[in-house]
Amino acid sequence: MIPEGSLLVARDLHKAYGPTPALDGAEFSVHPGEVVAVMGPSGSGKSTLLHCLAGIVTPDSGTITYDGRELSSMPDAERSALRRTEFGFVFQFGQLVPELTCVENVALPLRLTGVKRKEAERTALHWMERLEVADLGHKRPGEVSGGQGQRVAVARSLVTSPRVVFADEPTGALDSLNGERVMQLLTEAARSTNAAVVLVTHEARVAAYSDREVVVRDGKSRDMMMEHTV
Amino acid sequence: MSIGHTLLGLLESGPCHGYDLKRAFDEKFGHDRPLHYGQVYSTMSRLLKNGLVEVDGVEAGGGPERKRYAITAAGVTDVETWIKQPEKPEPYLQSTLYTKVVLALLTGRDAGDVVDTQRAEHLRLMRALTERKRHGDLSDQLICDHALFHLEADLRWLELTAARLDQLATEVRS
Repeated sequence: MIPEGSLLVARDLHKAYGPTPALDGAEFSVHPGEVVAVMGPSGSGKSTLLHCLAGIVTPDSGTITYDGRELSSMPDAERSALRRTEFGFVFQFGQLVPELTCVENVALPLRLTGVKRKEAERTALHWMERLEVADLGHKRPGEVSGGQGQRVAVARSLVTSPRVVFADEPTGALDSLNGERVMQLLTEAARSTNAAVVLVTHEARVAAYSDREVVVRDGKSRDMMMEHTV
Repeated sequence: MSIGHTLLGLLESGPCHGYDLKRAFDEKFGHDRPLHYGQVYSTMSRLLKNGLVEVDGVEAGGGPERKRYAITAAGVTDVETWIKQPEKPEPYLQSTLYTKVVLALLTGRDAGDVVDTQRAEHLRLMRALTERKRHGDLSDQLICDHALFHLEADLRWLELTAARLDQLATEVRS
């Protein structure tokens, strides 16, 4: 059963890498403004699910509907445009361009969509203020701490005002205090802009920032909240 | 840990004498605290009275009569309900959770379900604590952190157990 008003919905997803099935009938849905944690052991298929939902990986079968549109039937160019403008991404490691300053990094997604430099950097600075890293604007990623760099990355994921943010272990490389601050700022910013967040994590304290959790095991998914409600 | 449910769960594998039930319990769950015979027989009389087990046969010998117990359909339902019901999150649940996981494996139920259901129950409380932290002062934050780290430790142990299920399945069925 898929709840009404979902922004992103996946049904009966199957994906195999060679003989190894990564997804075996997985289902998923998220509403605007909702934070959903995707949990499960390593190798359970949770990252593959995130990559399929974000249009990075094409499933072997099943459907993914974003805002009423079928993702797999879109031409590549349209899917890429969607990823640039309507989706934001935060990963665990190595996502900032080392040659650019922090503000240039945050402004990058806007620059790629043709926004002029000055305007892009003004918007970037706004998000850096919200993520409490505005004073790092002219530093390069190599000159800031891991926690600061991750806040810069979160600012970059939000700079295009995406409707869905995909976060894959966003605090995996941070200590407890920095991880907690990143999660607070990410979830507050996403909720205030009504963006949906798909949060892949194996840490329960990180998942506790979500509204509900979907567990992936052996490529199958369980929506624990929905099961409980039903 | 519920001794009654554990003995019922052990009986699901087949009818047993009280003595064999005690041995199976001690071997699997009672490493540092074996059951007393009195506990076994008083628990079995209660289960018998409640219709959860029945006497499958009586052997007369030189000593007292030996009753062989079998689980009833009501008993199977009772075990099923107990295994599926998540425990209230609190510290030191490990013996109850371990018992549920092992009994689920022994009786052919999905032990992963036990883990998923318990994780959901823990996360419900962890969300409430995280929300309280968001609006609370420093002392609130410190108190909630303490609870959150302990609940997380429970879950990490449960997940490790889940990761070892296959290995565990082979051991408990042997």
